[in-house]
Amino acid sequence: MGTVVRDYMIPANDFTVAGEASSRVRKILTQLGVSPDIVKRTSIAMYEAEINAVIHGNGGNAHVEIDENKIYIRISDEGPGIPDLELAMQEGYSTAPDSIREMGFGAGMGLSNIKKNADILDIQTEVNKGTTVNITVFFNRP
Amino acid sequence: MEQEYFHSVTLDKGRCKGCTNCIKHCPTEAIRVRSGKAVIIKERCIDCGVCIRVCPYHAKQAVTDPVDMIKNYSYRIALPAPSLYGQFGPGYSRERIVLALKHYGFDYVFEVARAAEIVSNASEKYMKNGVVKKPVISSACPAVVRFIQIRFPNLIDNLLKIEAPMEVAAAIARKEVHEKYGIPDDKMGVFFISPCAAKVTSVKVPLGNQKSKVDGVLSMKDIFLPLLDIMKKQGEVTKEPFSLSSAIGVAWAASGGESDAVREGRRIAVHGIHNVNDILEQAVQGGLDNIDFIEALACPEGCLGGPLAVENPFIAKVNLKYEIEKIRQNQAHRVPRTENADEFVWKSKVEYKPIMKLDDDMMKALEKMQKIDEITEGLYGLDCGACGAPSCRALAEDIVMGSAKETDCIFKLREKVSSIATQLQQIE
Repeated sequence: MGTVVRDYMIPANDFTVAGEASSRVRKILTQLGVSPDIVKRTSIAMYEAEINAVIHGNGGNAHVEIDENKIYIRISDEGPGIPDLELAMQEGYSTAPDSIREMGFGAGMGLSNIKKNADILDIQTEVNKGTTVNITVFFNRP
Repeated sequence: MEQEYFHSVTLDKGRCKGCTNCIKHCPTEAIRVRSGKAVIIKERCIDCGVCIRVCPYHAKQAVTDPVDMIKNYSYRIALPAPSLYGQFGPGYSRERIVLALKHYGFDYVFEVARAAEIVSNASEKYMKNGVVKKPVISSACPAVVRFIQIRFPNLIDNLLKIEAPMEVAAAIARKEVHEKYGIPDDKMGVFFISPCAAKVTSVKVPLGNQKSKVDGVLSMKDIFLPLLDIMKKQGEVTKEPFSLSSAIGVAWAASGGESDAVREGRRIAVHGIHNVNDILEQAVQGGLDNIDFIEALACPEGCLGGPLAVENPFIAKVNLKYEIEKIRQNQAHRVPRTENADEFVWKSKVEYKPIMKLDDDMMKALEKMQKIDEITEGLYGLDCGACGAPSCRALAEDIVMGSAKETDCIFKLREKVSSIATQLQQIE
């Protein structure tokens, strides 16, 4: 079975390259003929997770697997972890410092945005160890 | 001309040296060098004119209509793009230029700047009604619209669904001439005086509406010298200036003009197709949700930097600025913003053109993608362009899609030759 695999580095605190991985994945999905709506949902979910890793997680990496039914994205960092995941999932809740907010990020919409756009969202997090965000988007959702 | 993929941008084979300049700069990777000459992949070309600008041998050209075409019509209407006013320098006022157009052979001049104001009014209204998807992206630049059609299908719904000023100008001019002089529609020839190659394509293969109301597109380059000649002979205009468009419409010629005219919300003005790409990338990822309007122009400095403009865009900008200041001091000549724009809303849909797709069958597309990955891995990653493709990855795609072979890469060829040489030695 055909599976396309990609791995990307996500550098810490470097906003100039933030979003590069999700942009590349968007191009791949377009080449594969995935419908624009699905491409958009995937792209937004991945972008938010990527930005989170840049802002909060001291960077990390993105692992992507695409087969004919779905795309699976795993974004992991070795950052501070999320102490209260339920709280963090709430819209508007943010721990981003003012400097980040001034750049237009850190509005507290990241995780809820991922949840909204992903078909499956699974977050593994441990304080002082890091966070792994697992996102799955199906191409033929009923 | 009934071709889906007609293009204004074409290649003069005789001049082409087969170098890598155009293939490296094309924003949609639409050019390859095959057998020593550039070839434009028609489905991918958006007529942005980047290749015209970067070709050191001037082998890339924009096909426009010949100026003599106006002779085919008994009543001739000129639609000068506002960028025309930036081409001539101090002393050559807008009034002088418009009079020169009449002297040149046009019976009626309708400034596209006036239509631009109408489009600006409509844009404001459109954005106030609240149901539009933000950020609203201007559809005035045809190259950007086509770029969105092939690269950013998710942004199609964000496009401002109002016809570009050129079409609006053509429609109103036809109406005015008919009402004032009773000239029948088929006797009129409507000509856009253009800095832009993509507009030629827009007329031959219209985007939103079915048939263009423009009959011909004349290059600013072709009409520049004759106009200059006429103006020199006529001298300064001494008459009172007649009613022309306001500063708002004239400012559309440069980057920022259109977004300044839409007085609604937070607006971005981006110019140069690669910069446009960066902004659209952000927009598609939801990173521009705090922006209300995006003016995106494919040419550097906007239409003043169009491939058919004569003057350097930075100099043209100074000329235009001078003209705009003059108009602003003379508010009495401002055209009231009353015209109704509802009739200029797009009637048909702008469709996604999935030309980047590897295969209609997802399984096959995945297999092709894997093969492309494998081949790319085996290439040297120099992106030198010597094979005729803009990057190693593009070559790998071409190989898998059947339009190139691995030994088009000179390093791969060298590997192969040296392995053959080794085999020959072993035979001895």
